[in-house]
Amino acid sequence: MNAPTTVPTLYGLVAEFDGEKPLIHAIETMREAGYRSMDAYTPYPSHAVSDALDFKTSRLPLIVLIGGIVGGLTGFGMQYYFMAIDYPHNVGGRPLNSWPMWIPVTFELTILFAAFSAVLGMLALNGLPMPYHPLFNVERFALASRDRFFLCIESTDPKFDLVETRRHLLAAHAKEVSDVEN
Amino acid sequence: MQPPRPANGSGTSTPVLAPGHTFGSITDKISSIVLARKTTRGWMLGLAVSFALVMVLFASLGYLIVRGTGIWGINAPVMWGFAIVNFVWWIGIGHAGTLISAILLLLKQPWRTSINRFAEAMTLFAVACAGIFPLMHMGRPWFFYWLTPYPNTMGLQPQFRSPLVWDVFAVTTYLLVSLMFWYVGLIPDMATLRDRAKNRAAQIVFGFLAMGWRGSAKHWFRYEQAYLLLAGLATPLVVSVHTVVSFDFAVAILPGWHTTIFPPYFVAGAIFSGFAMVLTLSIPIRSIYGLQDFITLRHLDNMAKIILATGMLVSYGYAMEGFMAWYGGNEFEQYVALNRLFGPYAPVYWLLLACNVISPQIFWFKRFRQSIPVLFVVSLIVNVGMWLERFIIVVTSLHRDYLPSSWDMYYPTFWDWATYIGTIGLFVCLLFLFVRFLPMISIFEMRALQSEVQGKEQTT
Repeated sequence: MNAPTTVPTLYGLVAEFDGEKPLIHAIETMREAGYRSMDAYTPYPSHAVSDALDFKTSRLPLIVLIGGIVGGLTGFGMQYYFMAIDYPHNVGGRPLNSWPMWIPVTFELTILFAAFSAVLGMLALNGLPMPYHPLFNVERFALASRDRFFLCIESTDPKFDLVETRRHLLAAHAKEVSDVEN
Repeated sequence: MQPPRPANGSGTSTPVLAPGHTFGSITDKISSIVLARKTTRGWMLGLAVSFALVMVLFASLGYLIVRGTGIWGINAPVMWGFAIVNFVWWIGIGHAGTLISAILLLLKQPWRTSINRFAEAMTLFAVACAGIFPLMHMGRPWFFYWLTPYPNTMGLQPQFRSPLVWDVFAVTTYLLVSLMFWYVGLIPDMATLRDRAKNRAAQIVFGFLAMGWRGSAKHWFRYEQAYLLLAGLATPLVVSVHTVVSFDFAVAILPGWHTTIFPPYFVAGAIFSGFAMVLTLSIPIRSIYGLQDFITLRHLDNMAKIILATGMLVSYGYAMEGFMAWYGGNEFEQYVALNRLFGPYAPVYWLLLACNVISPQIFWFKRFRQSIPVLFVVSLIVNVGMWLERFIIVVTSLHRDYLPSSWDMYYPTFWDWATYIGTIGLFVCLLFLFVRFLPMISIFEMRALQSEVQGKEQTT
């Protein structure tokens, strides 16, 4: 057990579970006990876990929509400018703004910009790349990418108390609870 | 929430994942191929042979740059020889990877999970091989950047009314989106390898590539959103890419090319050849690396069904080409149809019909869909057949068009073959490196599949 003076440097307490169901049960227990600053770590994506954490929306779809619209406008505007203004080329008196011919490139750039927005937006919202994170100091946390499920109660939570929180986590059937050094 | 579905799919009893696995055993089995398995002699030999072919490719391209495209068999009137045949063939092969990873994901087909990673890798490598050909076919490849719009002292811009410029945008977008899709899929697996690697260099490399992924539920939530959105974007993209490739032909007024059936017929042909290539690759990979538990007979059976279905679509395309030539009443179109059937390239055309129309029919029978040797041989035949199809499309339309005085034959030269075989070497070489250094099956998606199978077992 750490001395009280080290509390501010602690990132939180992490509890280990050996399945998705015990993890969800623990999240529900901890939320009922009033904890809010927490995150779960799982070996695969699970909506049941993010639902239990009450994490239900993200701005990513909006970012992708905006990216797609910008890409489409860029594609069409670029072709209009080059073919009708910058380098007008009269082909048998046909209109310079022959817009049906701009559709393929407009479409491709819409997809390209939207795809870049999806990937870069996802990384930015997730705060990645992040080479260092306090959780990596916990040796057993390496199993989060194999078959173990973790719940971290962060020290920023107003209810966080080293002794009380640990007791709560153990009462919620955690296999093991470890300090997370900053 | 996902709608409930049987974990082993409908109808068949062969599961998509052999029973008796846990999250740990799946993770260990796939990651140990990268981390623990010793580099075998077979692998070294395969890499050496394919790398030698890469050198053949470099030599052919180097000689091409020195001497010009005259070293190839192309001449008036057949200016599009092997280069365009191979370009369309390779890019078509790539399409199955995107289909498996994007369309089958959106259709919630659990059997895609164990084959999507190397199908996506196959896409990337095939597109890389495809890209070489139009670039080198330009004659002065060092001016490739003239295809992009940029402010220049010549005061020129590319012609955006040309399908060839659309092609540049379509193929570049396809390459970049496929690369992002592949890399995003790899991030959680890079974290698994980082956490399990024993040696420092592997920890640093995989740690760098994992970008600090730690499996947070909030990250997973946005990750899945991004992955689904990418799949939704890649689905129309993959259709558009081969459509634009077919526009290269269909927008021209040459008999045999100027048809509206080309876009759907090209897309079906692409999926047909791509699935054949996935079969060609997955059959040896699953037996060499002992992955029969993950790539089961169910996968091979399903792929054979898709080959049968797309083979029928392609056959319909051939039938419609003939029908429209007759029904359209245009004498030049009629001549192209007759010339394909009975002209100087007729043996190639009949061979292509045998490969693409007749050979897949064997997959009506379950016995053959589950027979590894039959699957492997037919997949090779289909690969050859689709290459012959592109040869017929490119060469027979060009070599005899409107004016008989300009008719001529096209024969590939040594350098045509060397370049083509060289790209096959590049493709195989990249695959050898991929199976050695990256997880060839998506580990986290297999864990998710396992959790579904488990959930199913608990509820029944």
